[in-house]
Amino acid sequence: MSKQYETVIGLEVHIELATKTKIFCGCSTEFGSAPNTHTCPVCTGMPGSLPVLNKQVVEYAMALGLAANCKITQVCKFDRKNYFYPDNPQNYQISQLYLPIARDGYVEIDTQTGKKKVRIHEMHMEEDAGKLVHDEWDDTSLVDYNRSGVPLVEIVSEPDMRSADEVIAYLEKLRMIAQYLGVSDCKLQEGSMRADVNLSVREAGSETFGTRTEMKNLNSFKAIAHAIEGERQRQIELLEEGKEVIQETRRWDDNKEHSYAMRSKEDAQDYRYFPEPDLVPIVISDEWIAKIKARQPELRPEKLERYKKEFDIPEYDAELITESKKVADLFEATVELCGKPKKAANWIMGDTFRLMKEKGMEPEDLKFSPEHLAKLIDMTDAGTISAAVARKVFEQIFTDDVDPEKYVEENGLKTVNDEGAIKEAVEKVLADNPQAVADYKGGKQKAFGALMGQSMRALKGKADPAAVTKMIKEMLEQ
Amino acid sequence: MEILELTALELGKKIKAGEITVKEAVQAAIDRAKEAEPVINSYVTLDEAGAFAQAEEIQKKIDAGELTGPLAGVPVAIKDNMCIKGQLTTCSSKILSNFKPAYTAEAVENLKKAGVVIIGKTNMDEFAMGSTTETSYYGPTRNPHNTAHVPGGSSGGSCAAVAAGECFGALGSDTGGSIRQPSSFCGVVGLKPTYGTVSRYGLVAYGSSLDQIGPITKDVSDCAAFLEAIASHDPKDSTSIDRDDYDFTSALENNVKGLKIGIPKDYMGDGLDPEVRKAVLRAAKVLEENGAVVETFNLGLVKYAIPAYYTIASAEASSNLERFDGVKYGYRTEEYEGLHNMYKKTRSEGFGPEVKRRIMLGSFVLSSGYYDAYYLKALRTKALIKKEFDKAFEYYDIILGPAAPTTAPELGKSLSDPLKMYLGDIYTISVNLAGLPGMTVPAGKDENGLPIGMQLIGNAFEEKTLIRAAYTYECATGKQYETMADISKAAEKEVR
Repeated sequence: MSKQYETVIGLEVHIELATKTKIFCGCSTEFGSAPNTHTCPVCTGMPGSLPVLNKQVVEYAMALGLAANCKITQVCKFDRKNYFYPDNPQNYQISQLYLPIARDGYVEIDTQTGKKKVRIHEMHMEEDAGKLVHDEWDDTSLVDYNRSGVPLVEIVSEPDMRSADEVIAYLEKLRMIAQYLGVSDCKLQEGSMRADVNLSVREAGSETFGTRTEMKNLNSFKAIAHAIEGERQRQIELLEEGKEVIQETRRWDDNKEHSYAMRSKEDAQDYRYFPEPDLVPIVISDEWIAKIKARQPELRPEKLERYKKEFDIPEYDAELITESKKVADLFEATVELCGKPKKAANWIMGDTFRLMKEKGMEPEDLKFSPEHLAKLIDMTDAGTISAAVARKVFEQIFTDDVDPEKYVEENGLKTVNDEGAIKEAVEKVLADNPQAVADYKGGKQKAFGALMGQSMRALKGKADPAAVTKMIKEMLEQ
Repeated sequence: MEILELTALELGKKIKAGEITVKEAVQAAIDRAKEAEPVINSYVTLDEAGAFAQAEEIQKKIDAGELTGPLAGVPVAIKDNMCIKGQLTTCSSKILSNFKPAYTAEAVENLKKAGVVIIGKTNMDEFAMGSTTETSYYGPTRNPHNTAHVPGGSSGGSCAAVAAGECFGALGSDTGGSIRQPSSFCGVVGLKPTYGTVSRYGLVAYGSSLDQIGPITKDVSDCAAFLEAIASHDPKDSTSIDRDDYDFTSALENNVKGLKIGIPKDYMGDGLDPEVRKAVLRAAKVLEENGAVVETFNLGLVKYAIPAYYTIASAEASSNLERFDGVKYGYRTEEYEGLHNMYKKTRSEGFGPEVKRRIMLGSFVLSSGYYDAYYLKALRTKALIKKEFDKAFEYYDIILGPAAPTTAPELGKSLSDPLKMYLGDIYTISVNLAGLPGMTVPAGKDENGLPIGMQLIGNAFEEKTLIRAAYTYECATGKQYETMADISKAAEKEVR
């Protein structure tokens, strides 16, 4: 490669809103139910049915818009996007084209070269489609309309990103905002967060953009990173060979790590957008915006500052803990109960993060309760269990959310504070290891460690190490 | 035959008094329908068994004092584009020829609460697209006054059923005149309410921003009673309006003193049949004699209403009718290869030519590159037309004119020249574009004995003013409605 190229990326991100009911009817949005059980005449597009807007959707979209520094469109409208596909029961999608709910915002991301703003072009509300299930044995396709009408916000960025890392940082930022606001759980795997990548390359220093392609079907950060790298290479190769990049939509195949052309600009559909006549314009007053603003929960930067001040924990700890709202909530609830911020922080940044990594879990998958962690911290502090036992118990809390008190009781893990039992164990260890005893008495301090280790092992780790140390020293000095 | 001469309210009164049973009323209407249907073809579905079952239930409720409304026990018909749970709802189209909805339209639900007996679903132009009821998949409906002529459309089945005594009142829908024009042709009273007055939930949409359900009845009192029964604020319809004046029967007052009535000059000029003109002016004179002030004035923009209407209605229809694709319900083509072939064949076979024409027109005006030039311009025109009406209603209480340029044309004369047929909607269409209430009241007949209707147009939410003027006119001129006693006699007039 003789020339230097720059990658230019813009994103269209769909976020599924965590409302209880659908955007235009009262059906449940619950994921994973039996097919077509959360449906009604409205979300199955029955003749004569009419949409009624769910107010919560507007409020969630406003919250997202405000958090991303957008201007809220105070008279906004829905439009129909017309296209035929069986997962789309009316053969039009109710979306927003002409007057989307929010416009002209930005989010700040951290890059290797410092902070950077990614501008948001617009956010609009729309309904999700159903799901097609293809039965290859029977040569038929079935439709499940449970997802039809689940509310989405589409966030369209400006082409401000230059690398896969920036794209991931941007997505993580959006996910964090959405999760902090409580408007979405943003799970890529379940499809509650989806991203389409618009990418072009140009010679470094060029002022104009190259021809872009749009990449679809990206359902993990890994797939997004790979797809970006693959598409960047593909486009550069074309240009190097003196060929042109064709404006088209491509589909990423994650198994084959390769993308395929879906449709070119020439066969791009004409969606015949027009204002949805079944819905009235949404008029958003200054008061309504103020209300949503006031209700806006504390976002990460403020939370980070507060943790440093209120809990006196280091910046590094505060950063790690506030990265996910779920983790921050867990931390704060634990501190609330046990009053020991530093210890709570250690448990979270230490064993919690380690176990999450081992098990490949996301913060959203955490299911242990702060009550149990707080209890564990209190028990350790009180000397009821030893540090070693505490770590074992925590694994049980982490996986099964056990009550540490009960678990310790049932498994006989309590610290042995019975002097007689300690004495008995130590006596036996000393009797069995005359050489070590002699070494110690001869001035070899190291021999003490061996005796200590064996004594603790004999006590199955349940004894307070301080008490054991004291006992060994007493007996050796006798 | 005696029962058939009664209006809905007169019948309701006699049922309440125990002089006539609900079963007798239903029997009379069914007998009449059976006699008339082979010629008139008002009904797509005549539900005899269901009607008698309802009659029994309603009679019990009336006897128990649970149903005391003025329409309790009255047999009615519903245009076949309103959903009734479990009952065939075809929109007179092949594509919905097997469709049974899972729910009932709000307006029908309201009417059922008033205790009526629904005896059937009436014929219409396919998906309400047409002005003659000739585009129906189930064959044309004929005008009971002269079976060589059309009943008008698209609510032709409902109007003919009322005119022929096959029911005591019916619901129609009106997107560009579909209640008022056939009411004029059939000599019955028809009212299109202010947009948002009657819920559209369960009305199979044609032009969503223009569609309204309304009553078709034998006289003005019935019209007020039916409107009172069906109008409601419905949270299931976002365009439904919460009004504070649902007591429409309180407007049945014989008094138009001081009422200012304007006749648009553009409504009385070229293209208007001289006999219709005469009848409308005669009706205006009657109102004047009763104390109204009648003047002529310039309404303006009248000629732009038709292109604006056909652009907007077709655009909305092209989208509304996309759901009929053979996937979920309705007709699906027998043989096909793959999804797109199934779509194409289903829709090619399932829709008639007029529907296809409007889908193509609507798709065209919405397509990229044409949207601004056609659709957006039509929306602007709509807004300007509304302004013209606003200006007129600053001064006038009612605008009076014809409902159609002619009386009912002969069967088979309209569809060959669709543009001419569209021009026939000139007096009714702008009322839908402006969202206003409009009402047709019988105002005599032409020399061939075909009915002529006058149209009263009111400002938004002024249905009561229309009802008052119509009622005063009716009191002054006597009973306009006549049951076509002998269908065979009407058929004799037919020149084949």
